[in-house]
Amino acid sequence: MSQPILELRGVNKSFGPVHVLHDVDFTVRPGEVTALVGDNGAGKSTLVKCIAGIHPTDSGELLFDGEPVTVGSPRDAAALGIEVVYQDLALCDNLDIVDNMFLGRERLRGLTLDDAGMEEAARKVLADLSVRTVKSVRTSVASLSGGQRQTVAIAKAVLWDSRVVLLDEPTAALGVAQTRQVLDLVRRLADNGLGVVLISHNMNDVFEVADTVAALYLGRMAAEVPTADTSRAQVVELITAGRSGDLGIPAPETATV
Amino acid sequence: MKTARPSPSPPTSPSKDFVMTETPAGTRAAAPGSTAQGSAAQGSTAVADFGIDTAQRGVRQAIGDYFARLSGGQLGALPALGGLVVLFTVFTVLSPQFLTLGNIANLLTQGAGITVIGMGLVYVLLLGEIDLSAGTASGVTAAVWALHLKVDGNLLGGMGSWVFYLTLVAMALSAGMAVLTKLHVAAIPPVLALVLMLIGLPANPWLEMLLALCIGTAIGCLTGFLVAKVGIPSFVVTLALFLAWQGVVLLYIGEGGTLAVNDEVLFNVANGNLSPLGSWLLFVLAGAGYAAVVLGRHFGRLKRGLVVQPTALVGTKVGVIVVLGAVATYALNLNRSPNEAVVIQGVPYVVPIVLGLLVLGTFVLDRTRYGRHVYAVGGNAEAARRAGIDVTKVRMSVFVICSTVAAIGAIILSSKVGSVDPQAGGGNTLLFAVGAAVIGGTSLFGGKGRVRDAIVGGAVIATIENGLRLLGEPAAVVSIVTGLVLLLAASVDALSRRRSAAAGVR
Repeated sequence: MSQPILELRGVNKSFGPVHVLHDVDFTVRPGEVTALVGDNGAGKSTLVKCIAGIHPTDSGELLFDGEPVTVGSPRDAAALGIEVVYQDLALCDNLDIVDNMFLGRERLRGLTLDDAGMEEAARKVLADLSVRTVKSVRTSVASLSGGQRQTVAIAKAVLWDSRVVLLDEPTAALGVAQTRQVLDLVRRLADNGLGVVLISHNMNDVFEVADTVAALYLGRMAAEVPTADTSRAQVVELITAGRSGDLGIPAPETATV
Repeated sequence: MKTARPSPSPPTSPSKDFVMTETPAGTRAAAPGSTAQGSAAQGSTAVADFGIDTAQRGVRQAIGDYFARLSGGQLGALPALGGLVVLFTVFTVLSPQFLTLGNIANLLTQGAGITVIGMGLVYVLLLGEIDLSAGTASGVTAAVWALHLKVDGNLLGGMGSWVFYLTLVAMALSAGMAVLTKLHVAAIPPVLALVLMLIGLPANPWLEMLLALCIGTAIGCLTGFLVAKVGIPSFVVTLALFLAWQGVVLLYIGEGGTLAVNDEVLFNVANGNLSPLGSWLLFVLAGAGYAAVVLGRHFGRLKRGLVVQPTALVGTKVGVIVVLGAVATYALNLNRSPNEAVVIQGVPYVVPIVLGLLVLGTFVLDRTRYGRHVYAVGGNAEAARRAGIDVTKVRMSVFVICSTVAAIGAIILSSKVGSVDPQAGGGNTLLFAVGAAVIGGTSLFGGKGRVRDAIVGGAVIATIENGLRLLGEPAAVVSIVTGLVLLLAASVDALSRRRSAAAGVR
């Protein structure tokens, strides 16, 4: 297996009296899709937000490329090459695809925007990701379908020489064909050498694209196992009960709560 | 919406042998058959992926696309331009005086004031906000400079001491608010206004204009701070300020007083004309600049292999606009005086002022990072925030721009009338300015609009007023017709939004 690009060790996070993450270990490897699964309230989103620098962690280590790093703000995360694609897509309807992809990080030529340069770069990224469903990169985002919008949001994350992309339920609101497009894209990201984290509730999606499944159960990492070594039933058990056979959190009598 | 969930009841068997009809992990490789090919031939298919994007379209196709966009609800300034043509035709038929050189030049100066205020308002409207106080705020700026002009710089004496000191405090507060919002540029004009008021330089037309702009910026800082930083809805803030500024104007000018604009330069802003030579120079400068920018961008994109409009179409567009400019310049250079003894000719000064603001405003919105951020915040503030844009700062800045530009509008309006009275900037000024922006196609919902919209809309409003007055219609009819036209424009906006949402424009 390749060297992990992102590694969390013993991460704890509380919101007031609520202990959301308990000693979570989590590993993301380049070229792999790591699915992060768990029931509602298991701490998936909190974990992503800790990685993205939106929430500071209470304790624990974050290693990037084997080096310990501190991520205090979304800007720090972006500087490391960590990009997050949020569930509610952060796109501006009134701008076109190029404008959205470069939003907040526009390229300048002198004082003015380098529109032509940005257009070329955006087109190249979309082409590298083999995105064929968009007719023109100057299409306004308002007129795109849900899948196309998700594609743009993901391509935006890729544009910045990112190393790790975190996707928060990218297929939650999509139809069958659009889910297909997005999953293909997720797979291609990993094939291009990025570390991809896919949060999903959908077992079909998870087993289709993920190399590793990491299951959170009530804020604890129940198991992080290769997809090939597990089954759908086992993963469902890990999500709902926290353990499955010899996998997962030990039974309550031996566990330290 | 979560469409798919794992089965809520987990199988009780802990065994791995329990295999449901699942997709084994291995099958995913087979899923996208095209992927492997795609990535293998990535370089060569890159162009084919955006076939429509790179293929240069013919004239016919480009025109077809344009009509497709129109039917999809992206109307832009077209309804307003159409309305303008209709109005011109109707008034020309009904009134022999309407299409005379004197009246057209008059029309330009009549509409310029509200058009300029409307241009500033476009920035506010782009964020989906409103500035109801722009009119009376412009009145405040006018009152200050008119007073400065009258008392020859001794504002302390002109205002009375406590009003004077309160104004100084307000300037300092505005600068502080700008700094608090990290909009440091906007802190300079209020400080400058403070200094100018304190040192009391003798009256000078250029100094008065500078003072007006600085006071305008200070007012914008106050409005913007309350909306962006404190978080009060702009409608309420500016409604309150609309009333307050009316009182401030009264305070400065005094009950029943009127301050005359006794200065040639200031009077000429709205009433003077360029010399014929100057008019032609303006035409050459504007025409050549326009052609250079449009053609430069066109051929630049062509060279990089990006999609462009057909060259013939772009060339025709530039040619038509340049020829129209030449015709207008020629016509305005003819003597339009009804009196044999006097010669009135040349392009009115308001034309270069409005053109300059148009170029500057459009440049900022279209070509700078700031302008892109204004559109982004207007489209989706949350997305802009996540993209690292300082939404508070952008929101405050549009109010600063609006009030500063409104100060220029006030100079034109006061110059046209020749005096500043306690009603300055009140009445219909603001409503006409908002109307100008909206009639021109700027959306009240934010995110859609251009500075030129205010010019087209301002022309419509000025034409209605001018034409109906020539026909001898009373003020009642003018107001009703203007109101109905505004209503029509707002309906067009709402309907085209609905249509473009439904059609999913390509």
